[in-house]
Amino acid sequence: MKDLSLHILDIVQNSLAAGATEISVSICEELQANKFVIEVKDNGRGMSPEVLQRVTDPYYTTRSTRKVGLGIPLLKQNAEVAGGSLNLSSQPGEGTKLAATFGHNHIDRPPLGDMAGVVVLLAGANPEARFIYIHQVENKQYVFDTREIAEVLEGLPLSDASVARLLKELINENLCSINAGNF
Amino acid sequence: MTKIKSLDDLRKMKSELQSKIALREKSENPENLVRVKVAMATCGIAAGAKNIMEFLIEELDKRSIDAIVSQTGCLGYCFAEPTVEVTLPGKEPIVFGYVDSRKANDIIEKYIKNGELLDGIIPVNYEKID
Repeated sequence: MKDLSLHILDIVQNSLAAGATEISVSICEELQANKFVIEVKDNGRGMSPEVLQRVTDPYYTTRSTRKVGLGIPLLKQNAEVAGGSLNLSSQPGEGTKLAATFGHNHIDRPPLGDMAGVVVLLAGANPEARFIYIHQVENKQYVFDTREIAEVLEGLPLSDASVARLLKELINENLCSINAGNF
Repeated sequence: MTKIKSLDDLRKMKSELQSKIALREKSENPENLVRVKVAMATCGIAAGAKNIMEFLIEELDKRSIDAIVSQTGCLGYCFAEPTVEVTLPGKEPIVFGYVDSRKANDIIEKYIKNGELLDGIIPVNYEKID
């Protein structure tokens, strides 16, 4: 993947496929500790310990249209190459949490990418799910919650192009104000 | 133009958005809507499906074409990603492969607007179960 936002888009597809109705994506940039941490947490159907053990295997997938499952292995590889790691925890019926850590100033850490585009695309394409995007840079934080957005927009579809444009602008302005992904 | 920075700014734009969307909804008939699905599995995302989906959403809106653009999972054509399935009203779905922005533009201008077939159509080998 060209950037981290595409990894996040990919991982969230797993959450949606697992029937998640609430998905939170949290990015934490700890400059002092030199850490860039991505966490994706969902309330989907979760995985058994046997499946959890196998998901980082690129030749393992629950899908029937292909024989490989590359999303998590690719993210794990990128995290490890950038001096970090990938952790997964899951319980059947309780959901899954994935945490990928990268060295913040590591030369091999991919750039953040277009998080606003990814979040708005996900929200628009999956109106039945609640998305919470939290981005923290040191002590500054921005939270985008589709539930709050829905309350403000009072029924206007997030998939509408005009709405999507404004939401992207809203997210980008706030990410810029906390200097997200800019170091 | 003032930038949107807060939920209050968004709230102020709501009435403008409402009138745009109301105008559009008056002209929409569900049976006449074009349905566009962009495959968004790992292979598709890595190949650029996100940008294609954004392009299609923007351009269909700009050209006032009544369409629903959604994402779907792996269609099994990983070798030809990004892939886009287009269903015109009353017709069978057609899957286009190797879709870049130029091809997406052709899909809109030639297939969606005029029903003209393009190169790079992938024969459908699946059946949807509703």
